[in-house]
Amino acid sequence: MNKSSRSVMTFKNGIHPVYHGKELSESAETRVAPLLARYTVPLAQNAGKPPEVVVNPGDHVKKYQLIAKASGFVSANLHSPVSGTVKGLVDVPGPMGVPAKALEIVPDGLNEEMEPLPAIDWRTAEPKALLDRIAECGLVGMGGASFPTHVKLSPPPEKEIDTLILNGAECEPYLTADHRLMLEDPESVLAGAAVMGRILGIGDRVFIGVEMNKIDAIHRLNEKAEAYGVNIIPLKVQYPQGSEKQLINAITGREVPAGGLPMDAKCVVQNTGTAAAVADAVLRGRPLVERIVTVTGSVVKNPGNWKLLIGTPVIEAIKLAGGVTEEPGKLILGGPMMGFAQKSFEVPVSKNTSGILLLAQDQAVNYVSGNCIRCGRCVQGCPMHLMPCAIAAAVESYRFDLAKKHHVMDCLECGACAYVCPAKRPLVQHNRRAKAEIRRLTAKK
Amino acid sequence: MSTIVLVSVIVMGSLGLLLGLVIGFFAKIFKVETDSRVDLVAELLPGANCGGCGKAGCADFAKSVVSGENPPGKCPVSSAEQINAIAMALGIDAGGGFKKRAVVRCGGDIHQVARKINYNGVLDCASASLIAGGPKGCRYGCIGMGSCAAVCPFGAIELVNNLALVHPEICVGCGKCVSACPRGVIQLVPIESTVHVYCNSPEKGPEKRKNCKVSCLGCRKCEKTAPEKFKVEGFLAHVQYDAPVLPTEEDVEAVKCPTGALLTAARHKEIETNDPEFSVNE
Repeated sequence: MNKSSRSVMTFKNGIHPVYHGKELSESAETRVAPLLARYTVPLAQNAGKPPEVVVNPGDHVKKYQLIAKASGFVSANLHSPVSGTVKGLVDVPGPMGVPAKALEIVPDGLNEEMEPLPAIDWRTAEPKALLDRIAECGLVGMGGASFPTHVKLSPPPEKEIDTLILNGAECEPYLTADHRLMLEDPESVLAGAAVMGRILGIGDRVFIGVEMNKIDAIHRLNEKAEAYGVNIIPLKVQYPQGSEKQLINAITGREVPAGGLPMDAKCVVQNTGTAAAVADAVLRGRPLVERIVTVTGSVVKNPGNWKLLIGTPVIEAIKLAGGVTEEPGKLILGGPMMGFAQKSFEVPVSKNTSGILLLAQDQAVNYVSGNCIRCGRCVQGCPMHLMPCAIAAAVESYRFDLAKKHHVMDCLECGACAYVCPAKRPLVQHNRRAKAEIRRLTAKK
Repeated sequence: MSTIVLVSVIVMGSLGLLLGLVIGFFAKIFKVETDSRVDLVAELLPGANCGGCGKAGCADFAKSVVSGENPPGKCPVSSAEQINAIAMALGIDAGGGFKKRAVVRCGGDIHQVARKINYNGVLDCASASLIAGGPKGCRYGCIGMGSCAAVCPFGAIELVNNLALVHPEICVGCGKCVSACPRGVIQLVPIESTVHVYCNSPEKGPEKRKNCKVSCLGCRKCEKTAPEKFKVEGFLAHVQYDAPVLPTEEDVEAVKCPTGALLTAARHKEIETNDPEFSVNE
């Protein structure tokens, strides 16, 4: 295990963002959002194939009713967040800047719910039954990548898995959704962790890594952890502590090989939000239709955390937080380091939206990027031990082969290099370009 | 003193003579047979090595012309006289109809198209297109950061008001810009064509209209006026470049495109270069 001099676990390199912004919303209790006039539930909320719609325009749906069915193994079911009428497929602005298909549902206010699926006693149930329930409930990774959970929990038989790690690091500045979840509902997180541990056949190597800036959450989890056989690991506050490869390194001391997956280091990493959703699915028989979202930023009147239904337009969430105090400079879905800037306020909340961040105009600075001064700060900051300066130089001269030799494909796009660069060079953008180009070239062959 | 000079002159001289003979001898033995016609054709070619013919360079193209793989007319850069000269020298048919030139099928300059995001990244079209669908509101039009101008070996592309503009008198149709454009906005068209649809967006009319004032709305007015010259596929009009008769300025006047997406190349250039505030809707 990696231990720093202060004997708190962490990984090598990485950065320490000056301003965390967590104080804006970390003490705000999670509130339930009132019912809106309409919801646009995006279809493609999972990595892999989008699910197929199984309802028709005009159909009446109940809350938790299946509205789109997984179309293959790497796909996830989608359920209605409200009871109401399906209006049909509409185009909504997608989180990546390109329009996405969404099902528009107008609630009827009756709040009719489907009968919950029978609860499963996870301590005695077959792993297969638990896995099927997770797939049925449409669970995806709620940390950001939205990879279907049942796929992540069924590693190929030749891969031995001996460790399950839950990511409670929440290393992104501003975000506090996971923090509030661990504080308010620690038992769901622990139960979810234990269920996933049983599916993977792991005895006592179930860990939850939590950064030290969430001491209260660590205490709350520790109170109940023993009953579920889960270990709570305090981690150093360091970005990107919550990236799965860094988390594995910090907790187990193992390295995921270049180009490999966590399972190559005998690990599975899940988000704490996903764990709570697993508990909901298995113990309470409820599919995933809502999640905790942090609505924050210095221009938001009352920053806080809300339990939002999937398909809530971002603008409505901002209204819940009291609107804005001044004209915002930038809207970001996710955290400021890895989140995606948005063009439109109509983007709906999806299963992987952890935060809605509004930056002030003076925070959304247009930097003038200069030439590389070869200070090497990006190399010191890169948690994957790459040389972002060398990759950027290769990309600027269209030498994508050279960028590949510098292992650009292992880049996490965490933004640590660009954050520390004194010349304000767009290093992450160069890396993304190189990755896209290399993927395109290999696909051609 | 004099003997040293004498000895060194004799030694160096005889060494030189001997090695010269050896080189001459081996040059005769290992002589590479070359086709003198290849050198002749290569000399007549422009030597720009642009790759527009599909070969690695002018020397490679010269080889393929001599072997009969390609007709001389496939060189996009050479003028008709130069091609005829090559054909005469080889005594073969010149071949023709390959002359093309590039056209940027977008009229969305800074005044016409909405800018949806405040872009502050790498000034390169491919990099910009990866971020939120690009800085302009339209996801199909010219990004306007000049990746095409950067690769043009002839300097035929100019950026005017954030829009790439091909100068037809300089462009030779090598097609380098076509592959450099991440949006596929640039098309190679027959050199005789003067009328183009300056829009590349397959979106529905109202969607396009939200983003751009000069987009093709797919109203089919051009198709109804001259069905053999224009064709609307989906919501986007196309000039039928392989039609027997290409559209002319009269056709443009007859159609009266409501948004001004259908224009002659000359008028398009005039709008972009001379009259930046021009908008057909005002």
